[in-house]
Amino acid sequence: MALIADGRRGADARAWLTVALAAAAWVAAYRGVRPFWDWVVFDLVGLDAATRLGHAVHFFFYDVAKILLLLVGIIFVVTVLRSFLSVERTRALLGGRRTGVATVLAALLGVATPFCTCSVVPAFLGFTAAGVPLAATMAFLIASPMVDVVALTLLYGLFGAPFAALYVAAGLTLAVAAGTLLGRLRLERYVEPFVFEVQVPKGYDPAVGLRWRDRFRLGLDEVGSIVRRVWPFLLLGIGLGAGVHGWVPDEFFARVAGPENPLAVPVAVLLGAPLYTSIVGMVPLAAALQAKGLAIGTVLAFMMASVALSLPGLVLLRRVLRVPLLATFVAIVAAGIVAVGLLFNAVL
Amino acid sequence: MKIQVLGSGCANCRRLAENVRVALDHAGLAAEVEKVEDVAAIVAAGVMATPALVLDGRVLFSGRVASPSQIEALLRGAVTRT
Repeated sequence: MALIADGRRGADARAWLTVALAAAAWVAAYRGVRPFWDWVVFDLVGLDAATRLGHAVHFFFYDVAKILLLLVGIIFVVTVLRSFLSVERTRALLGGRRTGVATVLAALLGVATPFCTCSVVPAFLGFTAAGVPLAATMAFLIASPMVDVVALTLLYGLFGAPFAALYVAAGLTLAVAAGTLLGRLRLERYVEPFVFEVQVPKGYDPAVGLRWRDRFRLGLDEVGSIVRRVWPFLLLGIGLGAGVHGWVPDEFFARVAGPENPLAVPVAVLLGAPLYTSIVGMVPLAAALQAKGLAIGTVLAFMMASVALSLPGLVLLRRVLRVPLLATFVAIVAAGIVAVGLLFNAVL
Repeated sequence: MKIQVLGSGCANCRRLAENVRVALDHAGLAAEVEKVEDVAAIVAAGVMATPALVLDGRVLFSGRVASPSQIEALLRGAVTRT
C-alpha cells in the first residue's frame, strides 16, 4: 500500500535526487553557520566579542541557527530510518520471548520505534494482550520518551557527542533496571482488568509497503511538525542561556549546587518532573547552567526527570494502571534518575 | 464507504478528523465518518499508535496526522479499486 498513489517508477529516483541535493545544501549551511554569525555580529553590527553583550548576542544567534539545522537534519534522517519500524512490529518482535531478553530488547526498540506518549494507552494494551511481559512493556515506555531524538539532538549540539552517548547509556540502563524491578514486584494485579480481555488481530503493519518517497515525505512532515511545536521553547531556552552566559558569574552554580551538595540532584528531579513541554527550552538553559559550574549529574537528572516523568503521560497511564502500580513506577524511575545523577556527579 | 477515525480524543485525533472532513468535501465524496474513542476497540482493530484511519474495516495508516491531500489520494485510490 503506497501512501501516495503513484505508479511511475521514476518517482523514487527523483525523490532520492531531491534528498541528495538537500543534504548537500544542509552540509554547506552547517559549515557556514559559525563564520556567518561571526561576520554578522562582530563585523556587520560591530559588537565586540569580548563584551558581555557581544558574547551573548553571538551565542544566541549562532546557537539558534545551529540547533535548528541539527534538528531539521537529524529528525529527517531518524524519521526515515524509523519508518522501517512500527509499534505494531515491535510488539511482534517482543511477544513470546523470555522476560530478560524481551526487557533489554524493549528498551532498545523504545529508542528506535516511532512512538508518541499520546499513544501510551493503546501501546500498553497491545503489548500486554500480545503476551509481552510487564517488565518489557515498562522498559519500552521508559526508554521511548527518555532517549528521545529531539532531546538527543539538543544534547549533541550543546554538550557534545560524549555527553549525548552518556545520556543514551544511562537512559537505557535505567529503563532495563526499572522495567526488571517492576516485573519482579508482581504488580500485574494492579493493571486494570479489561486490559487482559482485549483481543489483538495480527497482520496490520504501517511500516510495510512504503516507497522511498513516502518515507521521505514522512520525514519532512515530522520535521515540520516538530520545528513548529518547539521553536518558541528553543528561542526562550537559548535566550535565557545567552543571558546566563553573559551575566551570571563563572562558577556561580559550583558554589550553590556543585557536586558536593547531595541535595542538588533530588531537587533537580523534583523540579524537572512537571516540565515536560519545555524540554527543548530546558536543554539550552541547562547547557548554560552547566557552563557556569552546575554539576553534570544534576543537569542530567533534571533533564531525565522532565522527559521520563511527564504528568500528561502519567495521566494517560492511569487508564490502564491502578494507582499503586503507577506510584511504584514513578518512585522507581525517580529513584533511578537520582542514582544516575549522583553517580555521574561522583565519577565525573 | 465507511471511514473511522481511531483515537482517544487527543488533539492529533481531532486534527485528523478535521482533515478527513476537508478531504471528503474537496473530493466531493460522500462517506459515513465515525470517531472511535474506545481504546479497547482501537487495539482490537490492530492499531497501536493513534490517530489512525480505517476505511471499510481496513487500516490505511496509524500513528500520524495525514494532510487533507494525502487522505484524498488514499480515498480516491480506494474508490477506483472497488
